Parts: sequence; structure tokens; C-alpha cells
Amino acid sequence: MFLFLILLAIAMAAVSGLPGFVLRRSAGGCERLAAAGMVGAACAGLAGAAGGMLGLGRDALAFRWPAIGGGSVGLDALSAFFLVPIFLIGGLGPIYGLGYWPHRRHPANGRRLRFFWGMLVAGMALLVIARHAMIFLLGWELMALSAFFLVSTEDHHPASRQAGWIYLIATHVSTLVLFALFAVWRHVTGTFAMEPAAPQALGQGVTNLCMGLAWVGFGVKAGVMPLHFWLPGAHANAPSHVSAIMSGVVIKTGIYGMVRWFALLPDAAPAWGALVLLLGVLSGVLGVVFAIGQHDLKRLLAYHSVENIGIILMGLGVALLGRAMQRPEWVTLGFGACLFHVWNHSMFKPLLFFCAGAVTQAARTRQMDRLGGLATRMPWTAVFFLVGAVAICGLPPLNGFVSEWLLYLGLLKGATDTAGGAFAALIGVPALAMIGALALACFVKVAGAVFLGAPRTRSAGTAREVALCERVPMAVLAVGCVGVGVWPSVVAPALDAATGCWLQGTGLDAMPLARAVPLGVIPLLALMLVACVALIVWRLRCRTAVAAPRRSLTWDCGYARPDARMQYTAGSFARTLVLLFRGVLRPAEHRPQVETLFPGPTHAHSHVDEAVLDRVLVPAGRKIEGAFAWFHRFHRGLTQHYVLYVLAVLLVFLCTLFPFRHMVSVWLKQ
Amino acid sequence: MSNLLNSLLVMVLMLNLFALGTSRIASVIRTVAMQGALLGTLPLVLHGHLSGGALLIAALTITLKGVVIPGMMNRALRDVKIKREVEPLIGFQASVILGALATVCALLFAGRLPLAAAHAGTLVVPTAIATVLTGFILLITRFKALTQVMGYLVLENGIFIFGMLLVQAMPLVVELGVLLDLFVAIFVTCIIVNHINQAFSSLDTRRLASLKE
Repeated sequence: MFLFLILLAIAMAAVSGLPGFVLRRSAGGCERLAAAGMVGAACAGLAGAAGGMLGLGRDALAFRWPAIGGGSVGLDALSAFFLVPIFLIGGLGPIYGLGYWPHRRHPANGRRLRFFWGMLVAGMALLVIARHAMIFLLGWELMALSAFFLVSTEDHHPASRQAGWIYLIATHVSTLVLFALFAVWRHVTGTFAMEPAAPQALGQGVTNLCMGLAWVGFGVKAGVMPLHFWLPGAHANAPSHVSAIMSGVVIKTGIYGMVRWFALLPDAAPAWGALVLLLGVLSGVLGVVFAIGQHDLKRLLAYHSVENIGIILMGLGVALLGRAMQRPEWVTLGFGACLFHVWNHSMFKPLLFFCAGAVTQAARTRQMDRLGGLATRMPWTAVFFLVGAVAICGLPPLNGFVSEWLLYLGLLKGATDTAGGAFAALIGVPALAMIGALALACFVKVAGAVFLGAPRTRSAGTAREVALCERVPMAVLAVGCVGVGVWPSVVAPALDAATGCWLQGTGLDAMPLARAVPLGVIPLLALMLVACVALIVWRLRCRTAVAAPRRSLTWDCGYARPDARMQYTAGSFARTLVLLFRGVLRPAEHRPQVETLFPGPTHAHSHVDEAVLDRVLVPAGRKIEGAFAWFHRFHRGLTQHYVLYVLAVLLVFLCTLFPFRHMVSVWLKQ
Repeated sequence: MSNLLNSLLVMVLMLNLFALGTSRIASVIRTVAMQGALLGTLPLVLHGHLSGGALLIAALTITLKGVVIPGMMNRALRDVKIKREVEPLIGFQASVILGALATVCALLFAGRLPLAAAHAGTLVVPTAIATVLTGFILLITRFKALTQVMGYLVLENGIFIFGMLLVQAMPLVVELGVLLDLFVAIFVTCIIVNHINQAFSSLDTRRLASLKE
């Protein structure tokens, strides 16, 4: 029953963009129709997911498809858990798009964008409910290709095209690895069905192979640190609501893939847990460090996705360790943190991208050093951005705090239990603390540069608040961030159900989250915190009321005639941290030398390369290209030559048919 | 029956050489049309009796290869206002000699092949190989887009002759599919020829190399 709701939602999402192609090009009604279709799909999908999470009827549906040996889809708590962000953002995005990407301003690519948006949501929902590797792959490719077209929506910009191609290459590498994974799976289990293997059925070698393939294949999509190279460009160059769904939901399908396939392999060694934890730490720390070095608002947010994927993977690592070492409490805390952070990140990151889109739309630039002073011009956006920023930094009382708190508890629980756990905690806890602190620094920089101070350019000075239909999705997500953060007990049943689902087939019983952590105290703590802040604000108000303040420019530094250009820039604010991490960031700075007494105007700029793409992949590609330069002699672009090559190969093969030896022997006899 | 078949196939071989030897594009088109029409009668001759499928293939082949495609090509030729292939990679006499060599090789080679008894006495296999090779020679040595299409057509004719050996084993729908593919390919190419002519002011396919990355 609930599965049929999900299937209905998938069908609605898939066709929501079609009317735009049928109706007249000038008709603006098709965008409202598409948005209405997506909202309807989202409502049906969320209702179905809610039913699935509550376990009202465990659904599975097998159907005949002779070509792949029969397909099946199913809805369990784990699938339902991941369906929620898919349909939430899938439904909010088109509403935002009504104001951000209206048909009248983008008549050429707007229809394409709405069509592929629907296909993207349909593909993701399909892969999440798939119980057969081929159906999974079908959804996966549908998602990958729609996302490619969405990233390259503005294909008249070379940067968009390039980001699209890099994304396409990355996603196909991931699919290729998944082919290998499914082939191995089919070979050892004899079926494409995604059912958990019996304990001790596969053997350690096969388990390790499958774990490794799943890690690489899904890791590329999730954007784990060494495999994240496609992510910053794709997120930065896509339209903002596309970045929101890419960052909030699409990369989570990589996490879903990992979670699902790790559940199918119940006897993974503890070393895999440690490895996932370590790579999560790497991803988290380096993600936030690279975020600090960025000047582009959306690129910075993209690196924060890498960071948050790292946090999610740290939770998964703890859960894997707990599963391998038979510690239900670690599993509950680690897996709870992992899944809870999946939800949280899929709320605050789209919120931040929506805000970034609003800023980009209003001020027509993504460069933070060309913005400034937007808090007074776009108060709603500024407030929503602040909510998102506080959430992503993991500060109480918002939702990011709760999931990171669960992760801290899981790591510390391990430390008090065993020596191995202590080692995990020794690496994980300081890393998590460092991630939190650096994220805070990073968002202080963003909020300060973009929303505070004085506008640095004319377009930032003339920015206006965005339309209501853009603020409504932001408001929904902001309310969600606050609500879940203040009252996390509502999420606990969903987390428990998903954890139980993940542990099926291991013989380990899930422990309820409420027994492992006192979630009930969170609302009280939040209330106290809010009360404290209110008190401090009130006290400050009282004090400043006595001495009437003199209004002046922020950061005027005591100059007689301050100018907007005297402000701290985002780059200068972050410079200390960037230099601290210059070993990994390797910032390129161009600073002009001031030599004369009355120097002319000059420019300074700094730049941080993408670590993997710009420093490893592109040089390696150049080397390979250079090594094969001689091949250009055969590759002239002339059809005639290519036909000649075909003929030559054909003749060579024909010659192998020719009975030369027989002829020679006959000739010799004569 | 075998005599009729073999004399048809000899005519096909001669048309091959004629297509190689002429520089006027219009007469290449006419030659290939004639070859196509001749091939259309093959299914009727090859198997002795008249079945519905063979009749359908014969009728469709003659219509498409003998009438429709040459018509389209002639029209494209008229639109782009050229008459001759001016500078082939190797001269016309040399092409003919090469084609003759290819025919001889095909005859020698087919004699050595372990063929089914029913096909051993006929010229079907050597003609097929020779026609395919002629198609290749046309494709490699000519530069105008239209003559390239002719080369492709001759190549396809060779494959068609091979297919005749299997006409009973192959479902009708495959044959029809091949004919449809051919028709669409030529149709599209005729449109492209016009566009190449407009964009490059020439039909020389070597100019297309500038599109290479």
C-alpha cells in the first residue's frame, strides 16, 4: 500500500516536466504545473515514506522482467528513511525555482531543467526502493544522467560545460565500479537480488572485495575526500536549487548505497570499520580546510558537503566497528549519528544553497569579496542563512549539534569499552572537534563577508530581498532545522527502525536510541541556552541604552573617511587559517610590491587549487596525452583514413582464413 | 538457373569496375542504381521458387536501391551543383586496375573457402567479396561527400549479396530492418551533404577534419 504511494510519487515526478515540452514555448503556466506535480509527488512520497518508517505493512513487490531475471522493489525502514530527503527537497526545489529560475527569464533551458529535475527525483526514489541490482542500476543511471543535464543547464558558460563533463566522467567511473560489484555479487550468490548474505557464507576474500568495490563505487558519488574531485565544480556551476538537491540529496544516495551494501555483507572485518572511520576523518578535516580557502560562496558550500560526508562516514565507521565487534550500543550511536546527520545535512545544506542562490540572484556574483552588507537589504535571507550556518557548525540548539553529539557519544563509548575503541576515539574525537571549530571559523567568515559590513560593489548595494516563493522553501527548511534540533525525540523511532533494518541478518539486536542517550534533556538544554542568550542580549541592550552609540561603518578602523574597500575581506579574514594549513592547501598568492612613495593602483589575489583535480588528475591526463602524441599521426580526422584502417584489419583477419600452409605444401609437391 | 544467376553476378562485377572508372558523379549514381536493381532480382533467381518473403524483399530492394535512393542522390547532386570528382586519391585507371585485382583476389580466395555445396558452383561469394572491396576502394580514394555515399552503397550491396546466402535462415524482419537503416542513412546523408556544402562551400570531406578536436 505504502509502496504503491511511492511508485505513484515516482511516476508523478517523472512526468511532471513533460507538459512544458507539449505546451507552447511562451506559456508560463507549465512551470507552475511542473511545480504542482512535484509538490504532489512529494506529498505522496512523504506519506509513503512515513508509512514505511512506521513499519505499517512491510511491502515488497516482485514483477516479471525476463531480461534481467525478474525485478523487485520493496519498502523498509532504511529505504523510507532516505526517501524523506529525496521527496522533501524534490518538492521544495521547484517552488524555489518559480522565483529563482522563472520561465520568462530562462525560456531556453527552463523546460529542460524542470524535466530533468523530475527525472532526477524519480531515479533517486527508484534506486532507494530497488531490491534487485539491475533496478538499482537503472535508478542510479537515471539519476546520474539527469544530474548531468541539470549541472550543465547553463551550457553557454564554458565553466558549466566543463563541470558537467567532469561530473559525467566521475559518475561513469562510479557506475563502472558498480558493474564490477554487481557482477561479483551475482557470481558468488547466484542472483542479482539484494538480500543479505548468510553469515560466513561468502568468505573473507569475497567480502573484502565487495566492500572495497562498494566503497569506491559509492564513494565517488558521495564525494569522499580523494574521490570528491567532481563535486566543487558541479555544485558551484549548477543553478542553486540544483546545487541544493545535488549536495543535499544526490550525494546521499552514495551513502545509501554504502549503507545498503554494507548491510548485505554481514561479516565485514573490524578493519573496514576503522578504515571507513579514518577516511571519514580525512574527508571531514580536509573538506573544511579546503572550504576555508575558497572565495566563491557556492564552492565553499560544496567543500562543506565533503566535510559533512566525512562526519556521516565517521558515524558509519563506528557502526561497522560495533557490528563487527558485537557491540549493539556502538551500532545504535554510530548508525544513529550517521543517519541523523544524513537528514540534518539534507536540511541545512539545501537551506544554505537556497540562500546562496538568493544572494547570487540579488547581487549577481558568487564572489564573497564582491558582496557585503546584505543583512540590511535581504533580512529574511540573512536570518535563514544564519540558521543554516549555526546548524552546519554543529552548535546547539540546532539539528547539526544533535547528530554530532551522538557521534561524540558513540566514539567516547568505544573509548571506555575496549582498546580498539579507545584508538578510534583518540582519532575521531579530536578530529570532530577540529571540524566543528574550523566550520565555525569558516561560517563566521562567510556571514561576516556576505551579510555584515558595507556593500563592496554597486550590485551588492542595490540588492533586493528575493520573492516569497523563494523564501517559503527556506523557511520550511529552517523550521525543520530548529524543530529537529530542539526536539530530537521525534526522529528516534525512525532511527531505531532503520538501525533494526540495517542489522537484519547479523543476529545482533538493535538497542533503542532512547536507552543509549538521554534525548529528553535536549529540549531543556535548548530552552536554557535560548534563555541565557536572551538574558545577555537584554543586558547588553540595557548598557548600550545608557551611552547612545555613534553609527558608523563596520571596520572603519578609526579612519576619518572610511571606505567599503577598507573592510576585512573574506580572504584576509581566513588568511591565518589558510597559512596554518598551507601544507595541504598550497595557496597561490599574487602580491604586488609597493616600491614608490606614490604607488599607482594595483591588485592582489590569492587562489586555492582543487587538490585532486588540479594537482593529480589534470597533470596525469596531460602526461598520458603527451605520451600518446605519436598517435595523432594516425588520427587525422579523415574518414578515408579510418575506412582504410577498417579495411586493413579486415584483410588481416581474412588472411588468417586463407590456407597458406596448404597452398605451399601443394606447390612443393608439384 | 545457375547460368542466369552467374550472368547476373558478372554484370554486377562489371558495374563495380564501371563505378570505379568514371569521374562523373551522375553516372556513378546511375551505375549503382542499376547494380541495386540487379541485386533486387537475386532473391528470385537464387532460390528457384517464388515465396512471399522473397518477392517482398525483391520489390522493396528494387524500389529503394533502384529508384528512391538514386532519386534522392540525383536531387542532392542538383542542389549542390557539382558534376565530377576532380581529384581522387589515386587516378581512375589505377582505381579500375585495383578493382580488377580485388576481383581476381576475391575469385581466388573464394575458391579456397570451405563453402556449402549449394554455393560452391556459383559466383555469389566472390562477387560479394569483390563488391565489398570495391566499396572500400571508393570510400578510401574519393573525397567528395556524394561519392563517399556511393562507396557506402556499393559496400552495402556487397553485404546484401552475402545476405542472399542466408535468406532462408534470416528472418524477413532483419532484411527489412537493414533496408530501412540504409534508407535512413542515405536520407540523412543527403541532408548533411547540403549542410556541408553551405558551411564549407565545398563538398570535400577533407574539410571536415577541421572539426576534429
